[in-house]
Amino acid sequence: MFRNQYDTDVTTWSPAGRLFQVEYAMEAVKQGSAAIGLRSKTHIVLGCVNKANSELSSHQKKIFKVDDHIGVAIAGLTADGRVLSRYMRNECINYSFTYESPLPVGRLVVQLADKAQVCTQRSWKRPYGVGLLVAGLDESGAHLYYNCPSGNYFEYQAFAIGSRSQAAKTYLERKFENFTDASRDDLVKDALMAIRETLQGETLKSSVCTIAVVGVGEPFHILDQGTVQQMIDAFEIVGEQEGPDAAAGQEASAEPEQGAGAGEGVAPMDI
Amino acid sequence: MPKQQANWSPYDNNGGSCVAVAGADYCVIAADTRMSTGYIILTRDYSKICKLADKCVMASSGFQADVKALQKHLAARHLIYQHQHSKQMSCPAMAQLLSNTLYYKRFFPYYSFNVLGGLDNEGKGCVFTYDAVGSYEKVGYSSQGSGSTLIMPFLDNQLKSPSPLLLPVQDAVTPLAEAEAVDLVKTVFASASERDIYTGDKLEIVVINADGIRREYMDLRKD
Repeated sequence: MFRNQYDTDVTTWSPAGRLFQVEYAMEAVKQGSAAIGLRSKTHIVLGCVNKANSELSSHQKKIFKVDDHIGVAIAGLTADGRVLSRYMRNECINYSFTYESPLPVGRLVVQLADKAQVCTQRSWKRPYGVGLLVAGLDESGAHLYYNCPSGNYFEYQAFAIGSRSQAAKTYLERKFENFTDASRDDLVKDALMAIRETLQGETLKSSVCTIAVVGVGEPFHILDQGTVQQMIDAFEIVGEQEGPDAAAGQEASAEPEQGAGAGEGVAPMDI
Repeated sequence: MPKQQANWSPYDNNGGSCVAVAGADYCVIAADTRMSTGYIILTRDYSKICKLADKCVMASSGFQADVKALQKHLAARHLIYQHQHSKQMSCPAMAQLLSNTLYYKRFFPYYSFNVLGGLDNEGKGCVFTYDAVGSYEKVGYSSQGSGSTLIMPFLDNQLKSPSPLLLPVQDAVTPLAEAEAVDLVKTVFASASERDIYTGDKLEIVVINADGIRREYMDLRKD
């Protein structure tokens, strides 16, 4: 009821202690097309749905290589995502230049989060309208982080963001316990299955999705369409049987490391 | 009080020589591996050659600290280029970048004498030669460093290409075969090591052709 009075400025608190502009920015993330990420002990896979504006146009680039050991998938305002990717690339290059070693992923996401926080505390700025799934490999292992427009960041075993991401999250929640020891190819397969959940009925083909992998001995790279289509074809036959199960099952038994649901009263930023 | 002079210099010369020769479909870049200061040898096994891009290699003699800083700078710029263009920099593009980078420090130069070698976009060999502040030229062959005064006249004699000012425009690249060019480079360094005290120990040869990059070593006089 009081939302409209306190939502003009990012620097205005609501009586309930919320910053509505920041929450609206998180809404923008939910409007973007889906992006998912999952990790094992040695590999991380990022995937996204390619949504084109019209049949005549090409789709937007949503997965960016940041460095040999880090990549990012975005959902929301892709322009904001591009700018943040450029920032991340710069930070990695500068760190490498100074220390002759790759920037630890944990450091990068904190810098990103701090950058996002600045926009929540300046009256002349607006929050970034993009959620980032940062996948990276460093000395401490494989990591997958989610960076919010609010300036919060969380580490995940698997996560999905963007429109219809709940379907993918449900699939991931069912399967995530197997991810740690999964092989690289199984991880990619799971990523494709998770993407298929967000398509809800539409056929899964390599032209509607993009997959990227980073892992031990494997620098970050986007898989080419041919390889992706081969993997889809390989499991489509098996997938046919699993299809009905995935759609019917709505159990939210095991949750990923941070809960994903936002109740009416709880401010989404706190989750 | 008369005007004070600095009692130290920010520069040092670590000696050594570099050579590059361009062929029709290959490029040979070579440098010795001796690093010295004054009359002292710091190490017999230091590479002056750096791969900047897939088909572009730079050899630099002079002050190796400045050379190292320059190499790191170019490598970082190349990474940015790759992110923005989704492809590697071509040799001519890298040549221009190197020139701009050097001139940027026109008033506190990189004490680095460079030769850039590689394949251009058509796969033909190209060599670019520089001074310390970025003046550069595309040539068929070049040498830099302490032995260049001994090496260059010999290369002129063996490889002299027609002047680039003549018309019709003639090819600067040597008609020699790859193996012959490598042999020539080995001969040239063996000769330079005889008289130049800063050149010797080992010769590092890098050959770029359509198949990729190949590295070779040859022993030189150690005195």
